[in-house]
Amino acid sequence: MELQYWIWIAVGLSFGLYIGIAIWSRASSTKEFYVAGGGVNPIANGMATAADWMSAASFISMAGIISFTGYDGSVYLMGWTGGYVLLALLLAPYLRKFGKFTVPDFIGDRYYSNTARGVAVFCALIVSFTYIAGQMRGVGVVFSRYLEVDITSGVLIGMGIVLFYAVLGGMKGITYTQVAQYCVLIFAFMVPAIYISFITTGNLIPQLGFGDTGSDGVFLLDKLDGLHKELGFHEYTSGSKSTIDIFFITLALMVGTAGLPHVIVRFFTVKEVSDARKSAGWALLFIAILYTTAPAIAVFSRTNLIEVVSNKPYAGMPQWFNKWENTGLLEFKDKNQDGLIQYLNNPKLNELDVDADIMVLANPEIAGLPNWVIALLAAGALAAALSTAAGLLLVISSAVSHDLLKKMIKPNISEKGELISARISAVLAVCLAGYFGINPPGFVAATVALAFGLAAASFFPAILLGIFYKRMNKEGAIFGMIIGIVLMLFYMTKFKFGWFGGGGKENWWFGISPEGFGSIAMFVNFITSLIICKITNQPPIKVQKLVEKIRLP
Amino acid sequence: MNKEKADYWTKNLKYLKTLLLIWFLASFGAGILFVDYLNLIQIKGFKLGFWFAQQGSIYSFVVLIFVYIFLMNKLDNKYKSNQN
Repeated sequence: MELQYWIWIAVGLSFGLYIGIAIWSRASSTKEFYVAGGGVNPIANGMATAADWMSAASFISMAGIISFTGYDGSVYLMGWTGGYVLLALLLAPYLRKFGKFTVPDFIGDRYYSNTARGVAVFCALIVSFTYIAGQMRGVGVVFSRYLEVDITSGVLIGMGIVLFYAVLGGMKGITYTQVAQYCVLIFAFMVPAIYISFITTGNLIPQLGFGDTGSDGVFLLDKLDGLHKELGFHEYTSGSKSTIDIFFITLALMVGTAGLPHVIVRFFTVKEVSDARKSAGWALLFIAILYTTAPAIAVFSRTNLIEVVSNKPYAGMPQWFNKWENTGLLEFKDKNQDGLIQYLNNPKLNELDVDADIMVLANPEIAGLPNWVIALLAAGALAAALSTAAGLLLVISSAVSHDLLKKMIKPNISEKGELISARISAVLAVCLAGYFGINPPGFVAATVALAFGLAAASFFPAILLGIFYKRMNKEGAIFGMIIGIVLMLFYMTKFKFGWFGGGGKENWWFGISPEGFGSIAMFVNFITSLIICKITNQPPIKVQKLVEKIRLP
Repeated sequence: MNKEKADYWTKNLKYLKTLLLIWFLASFGAGILFVDYLNLIQIKGFKLGFWFAQQGSIYSFVVLIFVYIFLMNKLDNKYKSNQN
């Protein structure tokens, strides 16, 4: 059957499934809307967290980025998984015990102050918006590439679907659709991976396969190191970034993961404290399936790519090569007019530009897999983007309706009124996200990775100290959060957008890139909080009692 | 009664310290700081440091969380039965 039909079937069936689940799991109270009623099974919650967490970036881009950067790409692998250890050990169980609806809820109550709550709402909105615009864009790109509609219609269709199940079902609808989306996306990711591992190395397990030998009896990784050296790239298994930068980027991604409101809020949805720990464990296990496969795909596709194109005649390229050339993601310029493709690290001699996103998307075609696998990949990429967008949407709508409206502006609002306002703010947030998806501001791509730095610099210290340091007071926390997020915003706008005089790599403080600077801003937040806390009054007894209470099961 | 609460918390902190130390060693240690030394060892196609950075650290994280779940469930049960 023709590819286009397969794609419509795969996408149509998966969308039908999400809508069916949404109708079945409508939310009828604010508790259901914000935290799915608080009774989600920890394994289901683990799956939902995994889908929530793995965005279009994890699904489409990550393996490709690792493929091009080799060891340097490890920062994403360690950074985006190691944060779950911090979550499970340091945050999730206590936040569950605290038992409210949102992250600003915790900050506001623990620091007995609406100023603290306001700062937290501000940080949550900044982090979530930078993140969600990128997701809607991802939805649009997948639609346009596979379904041959333009990006605007793609974003509109995506908005419609998310709107339907997020507004109708709130957290309850989102949770159960995310469970389905996890199944779709992991199946779509693993089938081509296993297939390629098998044809390249004869090993059915990709995680082991990339340490095996290819058909010529040479270890794949050794061969890749050799090829890289030959073509002038840095060795695949050792990096080009400085150790200190790798260290701080990994730390910022880990801590940022643990501080992202849309991840934290997932742990409010389970029944008890022990379930919060359990679902963090399951979530990481489900995430690890994809994250340990990605570096294997990276190696297979990198080797395949080099072997197929390097120094081969352009005229003899397979069909997929021309197809991806048409999308602009693959570009060949025959600079020396010899008809061969020179793929080199030297920009003057290099004739081939390959976009990192191709590695996952074109993989099935490069390996010659059947059409239905390609269709599956399209449905998987959409599942990854939609599930993350929906989770973020909920954080935005609850920050507005619960933290701003109910807790700060109009405390006596009725349950029904709050539910209506939660739905209205979800609609507004979708429209805004859709607008940015269609008219992406230049900074979206640059800032998605930096959302982690912002979360690390603002939330993580405030929450951690709130749990583990009873003496921590509102003055310390508020100043810490403000200084942390302002410092991070400053560094990121200075070096990414060229504000405040801009600057290049040589101007980085301590040689740390903006991606890794969240770690520094986090330390500054910690130190500021502790110093200010020492010279101001201790928190009221009531709050200290609250801290004692959340520490017990 | 208060001593039990304090004991529970001290025990929890002890677990946290040990597990976070392993967390640090498996990722920042083996995958970043000592990566060049470990890369001298090769098991099948994998240089050990590289393997830790792209595989081993992630497996360790999963195991660490499940060990913590196991330890804390035991601690929770002990605490709860003492309470009754």
